[in-house]
Amino acid sequence: MPSPSALPAHLLLLADSRLPAGGHAHSGGLEPAVAAGAVTDVASLAAFLRGRLATAGLVAAALAAASCHHATTRADVGEGHTTPGDAGPDGWGLLDAEADARTPSPAQRSASRAQGRSLLRVARATWPHPSLDALAAGAAGHGPHHPLVIGAATAAMGGTAAQAAAVTAYGTVTGAASAAVRLLGLDPLSVNRALGTLAARIDAVAADAAARADGPWAGLPALTAPQLDLYAETHRKAELRLFES
Amino acid sequence: MGAVHDHDPHRAAPARGRALRLGIGGPVGSGKTALTAALCRTLRDELELAVVTNDIYTTEDADFLRREAVLPDDRIAAVRTGACPHTAIRDDISANLDAVEALEARHGRLDLIIVESGGDNLTALFSRGLADRQIFVLDVAGGDDVPRKGGLGVAAADLLVINKTDLAPLVGSDLDMMGRDAARVRDGRPVAFTSLRERPSAPEVAAWVRAVLREAHEEAHEEAHQEVHDEAHRDAASRAHAPTA
Repeated sequence: MPSPSALPAHLLLLADSRLPAGGHAHSGGLEPAVAAGAVTDVASLAAFLRGRLATAGLVAAALAAASCHHATTRADVGEGHTTPGDAGPDGWGLLDAEADARTPSPAQRSASRAQGRSLLRVARATWPHPSLDALAAGAAGHGPHHPLVIGAATAAMGGTAAQAAAVTAYGTVTGAASAAVRLLGLDPLSVNRALGTLAARIDAVAADAAARADGPWAGLPALTAPQLDLYAETHRKAELRLFES
Repeated sequence: MGAVHDHDPHRAAPARGRALRLGIGGPVGSGKTALTAALCRTLRDELELAVVTNDIYTTEDADFLRREAVLPDDRIAAVRTGACPHTAIRDDISANLDAVEALEARHGRLDLIIVESGGDNLTALFSRGLADRQIFVLDVAGGDDVPRKGGLGVAAADLLVINKTDLAPLVGSDLDMMGRDAARVRDGRPVAFTSLRERPSAPEVAAWVRAVLREAHEEAHEEAHQEVHDEAHRDAASRAHAPTA
């Protein structure tokens, strides 16, 4: 049931960095960027975040919006009418493959699935819903991609595709920013100001992503960030690392 | 997470059918990995065992355990904690749960899974959602005033291990005082003095682990018995209330 609140508390829970969904162990590619010397201060962090938001951020937000739309429209048939096809290639499996196709780096795929598994665990505990069950069944073994779970969880609490996109776009920069505070000892106030400066861009990316929620999945944004992909691969082989990705 | 027991409402009894999860925490260098290795060597012939390590920076601890061949490689999993060892065992346990469940999926029924925390401070405590029981490891060389300072780990762990007792005369640590101070904050919970140099099999801790497993087994048995009893009672009641033909 849609919430009458402009800022529903369920949604705040989903966007909260304290949500126990494993995000604290991932840096969104920031740790290898620091190791490579590409991010050294607040200015270079801000540039990194802008790039990440415009590429990986838009792709993830669009996938989340599409997932939320899919979960909402599937759920319209009503409980007990979930077909086995939901788990197969015409349902969640296909959207999951679209996410795979937009994630060329195996390390990033595995990081996305690890976070998807963790989020699915807490989402099913907090907002039980047939779509989350179908998503779990469709990705047995390796876990669904992270943005798909954000979308389905948003649908499970009665949220909209636009809200799923907003939570996702926001998360693609806040996780990396918090990792920068830990890795570089940056002033947290300056880092938060940098995030505040990005707020309008985050909203714009979310709106762009949400506008495509009900379109064909093949047409979802497929922007790449080759340097982030390469960082993800070198990071996985690095001997010293604090973050999983 | 199992039944809530009257004598300790905060204790999650292990759900039937899954391994008992034992957390081992404590400050850096106190001997957590050495204790884990010792327990594996001592218990591996009598129990189905696996280990999850939480490394701070590298996979050093998991590598050590594999090199020492205390268990087959596929029974040792490493979790990366994103610069926050206590977050991974307390606030957001999802990566550890993932590792524990993956080990159980791979090996079937296990008796005991040891989750070794990354080296941390005195406030570290395992979540009851991750560990059924927990050990906190101190060493005498870390200062004999540490038990007096207390902290969640020292006060609340199910077993406090004071390790490296062989070093006490060399560093001028007063073992009796450490024992008295610990007893004061631990409300009767046990303390074990160990020296893995003098007694490499950690017999004091292994005996405690065996007792814990016995107790968990008995609780599970009682629960099962109680359920059968309740069911029989319900059946009898429904028969008594059934309309006679």
